[in-house]
Amino acid sequence: MAFRNYILVCGGTACESSKANAIYEALVTESKAQGVADEVQIVKTGCFGFCEQGPIVKILPEDSFYVQVKPEDAKELIAEHVIKGREVKRLLYAKEGSRKHAKVEDIEFYQKQFRIVLRNCGFIDPENIDEYIAREGYASLEKVLFEMTAEDVINELKIAGLRGRGGAGFPTWMKWNFTRQADSKQKFIVVNADEGDPGAYMDRSTLEGDPHSVLEAMAIAGKTVGSNQGYIYIRAEYPLAIKRLEIAMAQAREYGLLGKNILDSGFDFDIEIRLGAGAFVCGEETALLASIEGRRGMPVPRPPFPAVKGLWGKPTVINNVETWANIPMIILKGGDWFSKIGTADSHGTKVFALTGKIRNSGLVEVPMGTTLREIIYDIGGGIANDKEFKAVQTGGPSGGVITKDFLDTPIDFGSLIKLGSMMGSGGMIVMDEDDCIVDVAKFYLNFTVDESCGKCAPCRIGGRSLANLLEKITKGKGELADLDQMVEIGEAMKKASLCALGQTAPNPILSTLHYFRDEYLAHVVDKKCPAGKCKSLISYNILADKCIGCTACARKCPVGAIAGERREVHVIDQAACIKCGVCFETCKFGAIEVR
Amino acid sequence: MSAMKEKITFSKGLVAFIEKWKEKPGNLIMVLHKVQEELGYVSREAADKVAEMLDIPLATIYGVLSFYHFFKITKPGEHNIQVCLGTACYLKGGEMLVDELTNLLGIEVGAVTADGKFSLEGVRCVGCCGLAPVMTVGGEVFGKVTKDQLPGIIAKFK
Repeated sequence: MAFRNYILVCGGTACESSKANAIYEALVTESKAQGVADEVQIVKTGCFGFCEQGPIVKILPEDSFYVQVKPEDAKELIAEHVIKGREVKRLLYAKEGSRKHAKVEDIEFYQKQFRIVLRNCGFIDPENIDEYIAREGYASLEKVLFEMTAEDVINELKIAGLRGRGGAGFPTWMKWNFTRQADSKQKFIVVNADEGDPGAYMDRSTLEGDPHSVLEAMAIAGKTVGSNQGYIYIRAEYPLAIKRLEIAMAQAREYGLLGKNILDSGFDFDIEIRLGAGAFVCGEETALLASIEGRRGMPVPRPPFPAVKGLWGKPTVINNVETWANIPMIILKGGDWFSKIGTADSHGTKVFALTGKIRNSGLVEVPMGTTLREIIYDIGGGIANDKEFKAVQTGGPSGGVITKDFLDTPIDFGSLIKLGSMMGSGGMIVMDEDDCIVDVAKFYLNFTVDESCGKCAPCRIGGRSLANLLEKITKGKGELADLDQMVEIGEAMKKASLCALGQTAPNPILSTLHYFRDEYLAHVVDKKCPAGKCKSLISYNILADKCIGCTACARKCPVGAIAGERREVHVIDQAACIKCGVCFETCKFGAIEVR
Repeated sequence: MSAMKEKITFSKGLVAFIEKWKEKPGNLIMVLHKVQEELGYVSREAADKVAEMLDIPLATIYGVLSFYHFFKITKPGEHNIQVCLGTACYLKGGEMLVDELTNLLGIEVGAVTADGKFSLEGVRCVGCCGLAPVMTVGGEVFGKVTKDQLPGIIAKFK
């Protein structure tokens, strides 16, 4: 190594939000102040994935993994670690207080992971093309330009068995082949980076941490299918990813890897960024294309598929970010290598955004076939605050819940569908005993109702009816017949809706009704919310034997509904109570009970 | 028709941007983004001007503006507060933050305080679910927010 130390500072969105930039600046300043600026290289990388412990700083070659670093810590890191060669123990990641976990490979969060898509995230400076090239970047494009025919590329993808990572899992080689065979002078390459699933940020992290992998893949596709123009359709809500893409595109043009006559091969290819504007339905490919065309993002019936009639009526290859990021590795290492990873049904890896009531939330990439239990307990460290696991939700608003009994299911496209959920784009949200399953279903339904484009009646009217029924149930006015009606409406929406949004919108209800019927019955028959979440179905009460009469709750109550003298048992006036829960949070003696 | 109404002047940079995009197909959304970036929202006058410059019917422009959540057609407060209501934040109490903020600011979601200082909105996933629940004020992100921290956060911007 040319430098004594390499210091990697996480520059993903979550860490940036926690002042990673200030940490980077402080490290640069300190290395100068302490006279070692020439001996260390300080790099801001993409997401390390371990967002729970951010901001993260990793120092090589020792591979020391520092967590929850603050700008003030920079002085000590330089003075101790870099100059004296002593690790700053208090900042090392330590599992539950023990100090033995210092190296990345020792951290359980990373042990079961296998990184293809995120191979460069957290290793390279995403704003420096040389670092991407140093890790075999653009070698695949070179191979495709000079050594492979279009048939070779398609064949390699076919052997790899790569399926679309956006949700539906359609074989990528088929999409490319349709477009390749389509007869048209003009064809387009499109990246779907409209990551609309709330609670998922895989694509954002990939683009922020390794933008060149997507650009390289687009050029490979362009050469293969005969297209000279690509578009990246990305959410306007992702400013950092947009900035890094723009930098990457400018650098690639400068190096002759984008633009006219790429690497003197005679092949021209360029890319333009188009911004989304906050419409979930634009994740659907035909709606996305309408949006690139500057129109309202409304889907149209397929066929014809975009592969033959897409953007401005021309054949268009459209894949999501994660799918694209796999391509250079498949070309480089071969389809055979890729096909050996994963299960028979689904090859390769999948990136998940593990969030919710989990101890270690973050971004994880695992081989297909890894079980939910391994992801949640081994990687995620189990449920936060020692609560009881209730369910995990995959597939976002289009998916469903998976319960304790199925935690040992190996995850792939087929197995999740069998369980009534789906792979989706990779959101994985863990719920504990405090989460009301009816409330969660209502959350998703309100989301899809809000995001329905309104074009087809099954989605527009069906979704609204379902949301109304859930509202009725959580208000304590539900009847048994409502449950059957929800299934009936849901089944109709699945069959008759125009696009995947409407077809999958009932999934959160159908799946929760299947696995948690008892909880629905508690709401409808007993008029109780077992998780204590639905305000109309709960009441706060003071336990006489625990209340010491400290008056803390009475002082905090915003509506003055709590009466009682000092040192006497307090009482809540149920008619006045607005169930805000402030008393419950205030009481230090556990004297307030939710029923 | 626009002669009757107040005209708006776009900055040189904005005019140059629109001129650059004018001939590109599918330019409307990109132009509206730029207008909102400069003005904070797309006013009726600004929409009129865009219609004129791009030669696109005003109805088409409003069709697009009203379809996409990201576009605002009313003026936001000086500091726009966004509370993330993505799934992870929802489970960890995002809605509770919204309730508390409506109390503290005395406004509903989507409204602006009387002094024009703050506006409040609920948004879809901000993309840092590891920090849930998350809110942003004028672009600055606050993670793992509790109800008790809200008065302090607001005071910072007063």
